[in-house]
Amino acid sequence: MKIVLQHVTKRDWLFLAISFIFIISQIWLDLKIPEFMSEITRLIQTPGSELQPVLTSGFYMLLCALGSMAAAIFTGFFIAKIAVGVSMRLRASIFDKTLDFSTAELNKFSTASLITRCTNDVTQIQTLVAMGLQTFIKAPILAVWAITKISSSASAWTITTAITVVLIVIILASAIAVVYPKTIRLQKLTDQLNRIAREHLMGLRVIRAYNAENFQAENFEEANSELTNTNLAINRTMAFLTPVLTSVSSGLSLAIYAVGAFLIQDAVGPDKLNLFSDMIVMSSYAMQVVFSFIMLVFTFIMLPRAVVSLRRITEVLTTPLSIPNGTKTVGTESGTIEFDNVSFSYPDAEEAVLENISFSAKKGETVAFIGATGAGKTTLLQMIPRFYDATTGSVRVDGVDVKEYDVHALRNRMSYITQKSILFSGTITDNIAYGDNGQGEITAEAIKKAAEISQASDFIAQKEGQYDAHVAQGGSNFSGGQKQRLSIARAVARDPQIYLFDDSFSALDYKTDKVLRHALRDAAKDATLLIVAQRIGTIRNADKIIVLDDGKAVGIGTHSQLLADCPVYREIAQSQLSEEELV
Amino acid sequence: MKATLKQLFSYLRHYRILLIIAIILASCSAIFAVITPDFLSEITTEIQIGLMGEMNTDAVLRLTFIAGLLVLGSMIFGFVQNFMMATISQRTSQRLRSEINAKIDAMPLAYFDRTTYGETLSRVTNDVDTLATALNSSIGPLISSSIMIIGTLFMMFYTNWIMAIAGLSATILGFTLTMTIMKKSQPFFLSQQKELGALNGHIEEVFSGQTVVKAYNNEAGVREYFHAKNTELYNSGWKAQFLSGLMMPIMGFISNFGYVVVCITGAVLVLNGSIEIGVIVAFMLYVRLFMNPLGTIAQAFGALQPATAAGERIFTLLNEEELANETQKTAHLDTVQGDVTFTNVNFSYTPERTIINDFSAHVHAGQKVAIVGPTGAGKTTLVNLLMRFYELNGGSIAIDGVPIADLTRENVHGLFGMVLQDTWVFEGTVRENLVYATPNVSDEQLKAVCKEVGLYHFIKTLPHGFDTVLDEKTALSSGQKQLITIARAMIENAPLLILDEATSSIDTRTEKIIQNAIDSLTTGRTSFVIAHRLSTIKNADLIFVMKDGDIIETGNHDELIAAKGFYCDLYNSQFDQAD
Repeated sequence: MKIVLQHVTKRDWLFLAISFIFIISQIWLDLKIPEFMSEITRLIQTPGSELQPVLTSGFYMLLCALGSMAAAIFTGFFIAKIAVGVSMRLRASIFDKTLDFSTAELNKFSTASLITRCTNDVTQIQTLVAMGLQTFIKAPILAVWAITKISSSASAWTITTAITVVLIVIILASAIAVVYPKTIRLQKLTDQLNRIAREHLMGLRVIRAYNAENFQAENFEEANSELTNTNLAINRTMAFLTPVLTSVSSGLSLAIYAVGAFLIQDAVGPDKLNLFSDMIVMSSYAMQVVFSFIMLVFTFIMLPRAVVSLRRITEVLTTPLSIPNGTKTVGTESGTIEFDNVSFSYPDAEEAVLENISFSAKKGETVAFIGATGAGKTTLLQMIPRFYDATTGSVRVDGVDVKEYDVHALRNRMSYITQKSILFSGTITDNIAYGDNGQGEITAEAIKKAAEISQASDFIAQKEGQYDAHVAQGGSNFSGGQKQRLSIARAVARDPQIYLFDDSFSALDYKTDKVLRHALRDAAKDATLLIVAQRIGTIRNADKIIVLDDGKAVGIGTHSQLLADCPVYREIAQSQLSEEELV
Repeated sequence: MKATLKQLFSYLRHYRILLIIAIILASCSAIFAVITPDFLSEITTEIQIGLMGEMNTDAVLRLTFIAGLLVLGSMIFGFVQNFMMATISQRTSQRLRSEINAKIDAMPLAYFDRTTYGETLSRVTNDVDTLATALNSSIGPLISSSIMIIGTLFMMFYTNWIMAIAGLSATILGFTLTMTIMKKSQPFFLSQQKELGALNGHIEEVFSGQTVVKAYNNEAGVREYFHAKNTELYNSGWKAQFLSGLMMPIMGFISNFGYVVVCITGAVLVLNGSIEIGVIVAFMLYVRLFMNPLGTIAQAFGALQPATAAGERIFTLLNEEELANETQKTAHLDTVQGDVTFTNVNFSYTPERTIINDFSAHVHAGQKVAIVGPTGAGKTTLVNLLMRFYELNGGSIAIDGVPIADLTRENVHGLFGMVLQDTWVFEGTVRENLVYATPNVSDEQLKAVCKEVGLYHFIKTLPHGFDTVLDEKTALSSGQKQLITIARAMIENAPLLILDEATSSIDTRTEKIIQNAIDSLTTGRTSFVIAHRLSTIKNADLIFVMKDGDIIETGNHDELIAAKGFYCDLYNSQFDQAD
């Protein structure tokens, strides 16, 4: 709750105060209307009345109705501004906070869940604030006010109304009690059906190859009927709600008239007429009370979902950041990377991801990393731009510990190319000239040059609009190899001192891989290259190859040295190269 | 739209008796609700008489009792009607889901090449749900509301035509006003929806590409864009939120307005002495009874719009072309040697571009065929053709001399075991995943196979052994998944084998284990291997070299190297000789 309040501005509080005044006046007007009704009734009942007073009362009543509508519209205006404003600021907070997260925090939440928190969860809160704020203020005040008005009249009517209210609350509460757990179950069953359908689509070939269509259909039908039955139970319970509520409120009108008949019969003289006009007012009040309770209960139904959303948002906003920024912008060397006895383990994890890694890369050198999945290659590489911080030991870039750098200054020295190519919607130019390298705008020539080096210029030339060609979200209108070449072009365009390739050649065929690496080497003679790869062919000419196994460096040396004395390297090589080439 | 509704009604025909009963009940419920005010009016009249003299309490009680019964009746009928509609709509959506699921199996794979999984998935879930909700919440209310409106109109004119016209014109005037406002606000909702979509897209993009955003120092750029979009959303968002809240107060006012009009008209008539005061009371309720269903109908139509769109998508899928019927096929292969002959095979995914041109080859029983080529060369095309996932455009593929086109698809599928690159493991027990659709597999067989592929020890370490459910919590490594699919193929024990040996994401140790498993799987079977390992390629009896979808060279390693063709190039480029 505190989190939401932090996103309420002074202006919102003012709006809320104004809304409060409007709500009170609306209730006052709403409760005034029946009084004019009764006045009209009384006038009609009184023998010899003129038409003029009836018209006057009618005019006042209409005025009240108009005022009530205006008040409601103003309230709606301010509440809408509050609700949408709060959701805008919440969304911005989550976005900004998430942008500050390092890989460790991102992994903790998972990207998909962070997206939901920043989108759907915020919308949930907005809906609750918009609906809830009005109902929670208006309904109780209206109910209490109306009840005092009713009780000031005859107690028989008060009791009738009270019984109805209790009845409605019981009906709604029991309906919710029945439906609510089923709704939660429904979510699980829907997920399950989705999962089976997705498995079906993903495994289409396998299913057909094994003639397993019936097997799959049985699974699906089981989930389908479970889902249908739960849905039926919920819908059937809800089926009874609307007719019951309608009937109860009709019943209340009837009851008030019936009770009224006896009250009037027992009364004497002019009281009879007063009671009669009261009766019409009371039935109208009673309806208002009933209606406000129904509104309140329906708002309460929304509450649990919103609370869950709120909790998820709070989790994001209160997560502490694990990477504090430094201040240095200049190093003491240029183009060097040094790992000094670096270990890394996740908090609470028993085993270290990386253990005692030491190596250095000089300006213009190529250092390669090879090893099995899970050996820690990506983590090692990501410690250089500080996506992770070393648990012990230190990582130095240009002679200075990365923790002492201002992260922007640090990252301006290098281009990191991810394993899975990431492109953004926009044009090809937008994607290649992405970000800020601290050296001003990237020129069109630099972009072209980068595309040529990364072997992307051929397919760019074939695209409609060439460098202005549209890139769809996630780069879905490009093939895997094209995406990889574009992300390499993006790295090249920044003209960094250090390149960090995280298995970034995997989608290229051997030929392109080779040509690209040679072109890059020619264009950036002084750049330091760190390459993570799966293929021996990609890295065999590196100045230094580091073999990682289970987080430890089990071999450091050149291709031929490692073939001679590193068994893990030899195993990898044997699976990829022919006997002649191993020698 | 018309065709969609027609098809939808053909589904509902199944429940026509229930549907007719539901309509009758809805009508009764509505009629009861409409007559009730008449009783209230009579009660008022009785009370009014009581004001002047002696009240007929018996009459009041009697009228109250009858009205109470009507209310009760209306409730029961309404409930039963809702109950039946819920049943009809849920059962219909269950049936639609089943049919879509069956349809997925009946369609050619080509359909899934042009449709994303997400799209098909959303037919099964979202679209069916939307349709069901609309069926459930629209049909009943539409019927009862229409009857309510007609009934109220009748009762109003029956009671007093002057009052009827007065009340009616007031409500219709108000209702037109509301509709106009709603219509005018439509663009705001659309732009809100659009901006929300764009913003969510941006959030998704930035969050999933955060590494790049940070590595390239683009936080500032991303922030600027986000805040601009977020503010835009705020500007259209509060308008949409505000406008959507207008409906209630305006309807409230119209109801009051109608009330005043009725009262004043009534007052004039009462003062004239032409009506009783009870009539006013009745009309006060009629006005409300007339207003509510108008709102309901407007809402129901609103819900029907997305529902017809959803229905259209569902039926488009259900009307897609299916695989050819094969019930008339008589050829059947039970036990086969594994001789595979390709004769002048021609194939194209799209009519414009033939990708396999006149391909012929003969694979002897028990031989191993390696399929090689650069990424994207279409190595899976061959798998698709062998398995008859796609039909040839010309020529034939024959197993032991019988063209596979003469066999049923089921028969062809049964002849092949298949292990693919994307290891497919579903949520279910280990046993279910291994045995899968193969009938009569004994525990001994299961154990023997698992021991052979080196999976037995791992399964023993699972909490419930073979009965452990594999889900997100039991995180299987990609190697273990691969072993499961290999074991599955061994259990199926088909005479021919298709196998994708993609091992790039598997560490070297596991790769060795998998290689051993694959070796024992391929022994004695004619196998087609999408080969990545050099040793497999070199040891293959026959190599199919693929490029741009076509098979351009065939032969064994030495022959192909000697030919100095594409294979030779490919082979040499893989190994970056020191240049």
